[in-house]
Amino acid sequence: MHGFLGSRLAQIIPTLLLVSVIVFGLQSLMPGDPAMVIAGESAGDTAVVAQIRHQLMLDKPVPVQYLHWLDNILHGNLGYSWRLQEPVLQLVEQKLPVTAQLSVMAFFFAVVIGVPMGVISAVKRNSAWDWLANAVGLFGLSIPTFWLGIVLILLVSVQLGWLPPSGYVPLTRNWVQSLATTIMPAFVLGNAIAAILMRHTRSAMLVALSQDYVRTARAKGLREYVVIVRHALRNALIPVVTLGGLQLGALLSGAVLTEQVFSVPGFGKMVVDAVYNRDYPVIQGVVLVTALLYVLLNLITDLLYLAINPRLRGA
Amino acid sequence: MSTTTSLASALTVSESPARIALGRFLRHRSAMFGLALSLLFVIVALAAPLISPHSPIVTDWSAIRLAPSWTHPMGTDEIGRDELARVIFGARATLLAGVVSVLIAAAIGVPAGVVAGFARGWIDAVLSRIVDAMLAIPFLILAIALAAFLGPNLRNAMIAIGVTTAPIFMRVARGTTMDVMTHDYIEAARAVGNPPWRVAVQHVLPNTFPPLLVQATLSIATSIIAEASLSFLGLGEQPPTPAWGSMLNAAQQFMTQAPWLAIFPGMAIFLTVLGFNLMGDGLRDALDPRRL
Repeated sequence: MHGFLGSRLAQIIPTLLLVSVIVFGLQSLMPGDPAMVIAGESAGDTAVVAQIRHQLMLDKPVPVQYLHWLDNILHGNLGYSWRLQEPVLQLVEQKLPVTAQLSVMAFFFAVVIGVPMGVISAVKRNSAWDWLANAVGLFGLSIPTFWLGIVLILLVSVQLGWLPPSGYVPLTRNWVQSLATTIMPAFVLGNAIAAILMRHTRSAMLVALSQDYVRTARAKGLREYVVIVRHALRNALIPVVTLGGLQLGALLSGAVLTEQVFSVPGFGKMVVDAVYNRDYPVIQGVVLVTALLYVLLNLITDLLYLAINPRLRGA
Repeated sequence: MSTTTSLASALTVSESPARIALGRFLRHRSAMFGLALSLLFVIVALAAPLISPHSPIVTDWSAIRLAPSWTHPMGTDEIGRDELARVIFGARATLLAGVVSVLIAAAIGVPAGVVAGFARGWIDAVLSRIVDAMLAIPFLILAIALAAFLGPNLRNAMIAIGVTTAPIFMRVARGTTMDVMTHDYIEAARAVGNPPWRVAVQHVLPNTFPPLLVQATLSIATSIIAEASLSFLGLGEQPPTPAWGSMLNAAQQFMTQAPWLAIFPGMAIFLTVLGFNLMGDGLRDALDPRRL
C-alpha cells in the first residue's frame, strides 16, 4: 500500500511540474506584448509599458520568469485577475464550491442512470432493452452538453415553467432553491458521463456474467436478482469505479459549458468570463487548479480501487 | 464436422484481413447509417453554395425572427438572415474543424507514439510524461485556454483542438507500435539488415493503421463537439460567417421569442456527431483483431 502510494506520488510530481511548464508556456502564445495588453489605453506610453514589463519580470530571460512564477505558485500566489484586481486563488476559492456541488449531483445522475442501464443492457443482451440502452448511450455521447441544456431550458423552464432557467442559490442559504437551480444543469452534466458509465458497466457485466462463480451461484439455486446484484455487479463495479474516476476530467470540462448555459456562477463560468475579458492570469490559474484537482481526484480513485479490490492490497 | 467447417472457412477466408474488415464494415447496419449521415453532411458542406436557398450573411430587416415557413424552412434569425442557409454553410466550419483538428492531432501524435514505442527507453519516458501532463488537463479546458491565448478564430480553434487531441493519438500509436514490435515479421525485417527508420516507417507504421483509423473517426466526433463548444464560447469562426456553435450562443438571447433558432443548429451538431460515432463504433467492430 505504502509502496503503491509512493510510486504514484513519484509519478505525480513530474506530471505536475510539466503541467506548470505548459500553463506558463500559454502566455508565450499570446499575440503581441502582454505588457501592452495590460497597459490598455496607456499602451502608447513607453514609460508605463516599461514599468509593467519590469513588474511582471517580462524583461528577464524566460527561465527566470518561469522560476519566479513557479515560486509564486508554490507559495499559493496564482497571480492577480487583470479585470477584477483580485487574487486568482481567492476567486477560485469562491467559485469552486459551486462547481463541486454541481459535479457531485452530476455524478449522482451519471451513476443512477448509467449503472442500471448498463446492467439491464448486459442481462437482457440482444433484446429490445439492450437496443434501447445502447441507443440512449449513443444519444448521450453525441448530444452537445450545451445544446441539451438549451433544449431543457426551452422545455422545462420556458414551456412548462417547472424550474428556473438560470441562476444559483447556495445550499447553505436555501437547500430547496439550491436544488431547484442546480438539478437541471447537474442532469445535463451527468448525461454524457452516464452514457460512458453505461458502456463500461455493460461490458464489465458481460464479462462477469460469463464467469464460473456466476454459474455456481445460479447452480446453487439463488434467485436471479441475487446472482446479478450480489455476485456479478459487485465484481463488475471494480473496473467501473476506476473508469468513473477518469470521467472527472469530463465533468470539469462539461462544467464550463453547463455553467455558461445555466448562468451558474461557478468555476466554469469564471473561465468563460475570463476568456471574454481576456483575463489571462485567471485562465492560467484555472487550468493549473483543474489539472491539480484532476490528478488528486485520480489518486483518490486509485486508492479507492485499491480499497475495494482485495487482490491489489498486497501491492 | 468442426474440422470440415474450420477447413472450409480457412479456404473461403483467403482474402486479406483488410478485405474481410471492409466486408464486415459494409454489413454493419448502424455503421452504414452513420456513414450515410456523415456523407450527407459532407455533401451539404461541399455543395453549400449550390443548395442553399438564400445567402447565409445577407440581412433582411423586414424578416427578423420569422418562424419556420415555406420561404424560410428553419425561420430567420435576429437580423433577418435565413436560418437554413446558415445551417447549411455552418456545416463547412464544423466539418473542416473536425477533419483538420484530427489531422493535426495525428500529425503530432502518431510519429511521437511510433518513436516512443519503437525506441523505448528515455525517449519513451520523456514523451510519455509530456502526454501524462497534457492529459492531466481536462480536454476542453486546455482547448479553451489554448484558443483564448492564440486568439479567437477558426484556424486557432483547430490548432487548439488538434494539439489537445494529439496525446490520445500518441497513446494509441505507442501501444499499437509496442504490440506490432513483438511480431516475427519485425524481427525478420531487422534481421535482413533494414535500418531502424526503415523498419519503423515501412513495417511498423502501416500496421498501426487500423486502431488509428478507429481513433481518428471517433476523434472527428469529439473534435466537432469541441469546435462547436469553442465557437459557442466565441472562440471559433467569427461573425458574420456562420458556425453552429456561435449560432446557438446567439439563439440563447431569443429563447422565448424564437425557439427555433436554438433547435436547428444543435440538431445539426447532434446528427453529424452521431454519424461519426456510429461509423467509429462500426469500424471498431469490423477491425477488432480478435474477430479477424
